[in-house]
Amino acid sequence: MKTARASKSKQVSHSYLITFGIVIAFYIIIQIMSGRGVLTSSLEGQLIPMCAYAIMAVSLNLTVGILGELSLGHAGFMSVGAFAGVLVYMNMSSGIPSWCAMFFAILAGALAAGIFGLLVGIPVLRLSGDYLAIVTLAFGEIIKNLLNAMYLGADSSGLHVSFKDAASMHLSANGKVLINGALGITGIRKSSTFTLGIILLIITLAVILNFIHSRAGRAVMSIRDNEIAAQSIGIDATKYKLMAFILSAVFAGIAGVLYALNYSALVATKFNYNTSIQVLVFVVLGGMGNITGSVIAAAVLTVLPEVLRVANNYRMLIYSIVLIAMMIINQGPGMIAWRKRFVAKVKANHSDGKEVE
Amino acid sequence: MQFLEQLINGLSLGSVYALIALGYTMVYGIAKMLNFAHGDIIMVGSYVVFFTFARSGMNPVLSILIAMAVCLILGVLIERVAYKPLRGASSLAVLITAIGVSYLLEQVAQLAWSSNPKTFKSVVTMPPVSIAGGALVISGETIVTVLVCILIMVALMWFVNNTKSGHAMQAVSEDRGAAQLMGINVNATISLTFAIGSALAAVAGALLNSSFATLTPLTGAMPGIKAFTAAVFGGIGSIPGAFVGGILLGIIENLSKAYISTQLSDAIVFLVLIIVLLVKPTGLLGKKINVKV
Repeated sequence: MKTARASKSKQVSHSYLITFGIVIAFYIIIQIMSGRGVLTSSLEGQLIPMCAYAIMAVSLNLTVGILGELSLGHAGFMSVGAFAGVLVYMNMSSGIPSWCAMFFAILAGALAAGIFGLLVGIPVLRLSGDYLAIVTLAFGEIIKNLLNAMYLGADSSGLHVSFKDAASMHLSANGKVLINGALGITGIRKSSTFTLGIILLIITLAVILNFIHSRAGRAVMSIRDNEIAAQSIGIDATKYKLMAFILSAVFAGIAGVLYALNYSALVATKFNYNTSIQVLVFVVLGGMGNITGSVIAAAVLTVLPEVLRVANNYRMLIYSIVLIAMMIINQGPGMIAWRKRFVAKVKANHSDGKEVE
Repeated sequence: MQFLEQLINGLSLGSVYALIALGYTMVYGIAKMLNFAHGDIIMVGSYVVFFTFARSGMNPVLSILIAMAVCLILGVLIERVAYKPLRGASSLAVLITAIGVSYLLEQVAQLAWSSNPKTFKSVVTMPPVSIAGGALVISGETIVTVLVCILIMVALMWFVNNTKSGHAMQAVSEDRGAAQLMGINVNATISLTFAIGSALAAVAGALLNSSFATLTPLTGAMPGIKAFTAAVFGGIGSIPGAFVGGILLGIIENLSKAYISTQLSDAIVFLVLIIVLLVKPTGLLGKKINVKV
């Protein structure tokens, strides 16, 4: 028993190392290529979104693959994180060093998304299956609509919020508009770097992989496999589900900050239903529950359209076909039975061959 | 008077939602899956009507019939190719596949007909009716939409309660395994459900675009999601529920657009969905389901 556990944990740390190794090797290769000037500027522009999407995919995989519930509103958390982070960054960057402002921006993004994760998670996790998916979609749309209609301004008497227009905030003369409704936040100093993206990705991987292999992570997976059975052995399903959901939201928020600080303007409609689906495609293609797969799928699929400019028009078409095909091949009961028969046949042939020898 | 006008506009929008929701609710009740692509079948139906009626000047009724036939074939084809291999798989897998189909239809439409909005010509030729000396004008589209919706709901309820195929649908919805043991062809019944739902989507598409005149490959997506909301609101699986839910949702949306905020009306609609699901998960007219181990 003891040896079995030891070898298991050794195996786990082994797979950790491979994941981190891939990320670090990728970073070094990109740095060398960038130093030699091999990278095209369009490709270089994709590096930070790539890291952000990889973080998104890993965090969504926690909900979809490990918790086993489909979230169609993950972009909403990214959006909340982005807005919170950018607001903090823009209002802090005057006095203190840039890295410090960045740190607080990421912290604010993570915190805001986490709070939303809690607020959304409490009602949402009472549901399951299709209903849960549609409610996350609804929450994602609500967040998008609210942020899109929100005007936020600050003056000497404090913060002002309006959902009508900038004038109805009644700002005093020295006040400034922070979020300008559908125009969002403008004049952001672009400060995300590829190195920061990779560091955040590694932190995300470390936290989420550790969570999955911890006691809490195993509890979450047992709930995924059979909620009633898990509850019958004393696992508090609501608590662990909420834990995974909030953790997932927190990292989506971090991805949002990283993504938003890469552009000079931020609008709420950027994080819509399509963004959620795109990240879902990364998770499904990388393999549900497979964290390394999510990173690779996100990285490859973010860069691929830049490399294959011709295929750009057909990108979403190809995505959708791949999504359907992957589901039918991986999850269809007929296909699973066929695969099992095929493997058994190959094995039988193999052992026959051995006997002949 | 203005309130009454908004209410009637809401009734018109609600009838369209109700028509779409009827398709959703039947498929959900019988195949136990959320057919995310339903909204995009509406879009395809609308394009067929657009090309046959607005472009080629065909008779509007004939044009809608062609659209119904196209959508019917499309719906059954999608069910056979994409959903049937996944029967018995987890609902997560089926839902992701349905999202994939939805995307596929949108992308094909975008490539085939471009994403430029097309101006849809109303299929309704009825002149507007004015009541109370012109103080209240009801458009022909509104009257036709509401009437068609009621007619279809009554016909569907008659079909489900009084025909052999309708009884088969009820049986499959109740217990698929037992229905099969009773000699009901489950696959044929599910195909029939998809056929009816998709054909209704074509009608809904024509009426939707007659009232709201632009057509793009994404036209169906939002109404589709809202109609699902309506179906859940009324109690998914219930035909009168879809009707009631659709009408109520249309009215809520229109009133919040008129009196609260245009930008937040979608948020309010979704908030209603969330509240309904939390307070009464089976909807207004839905049956209570007990989960067994």
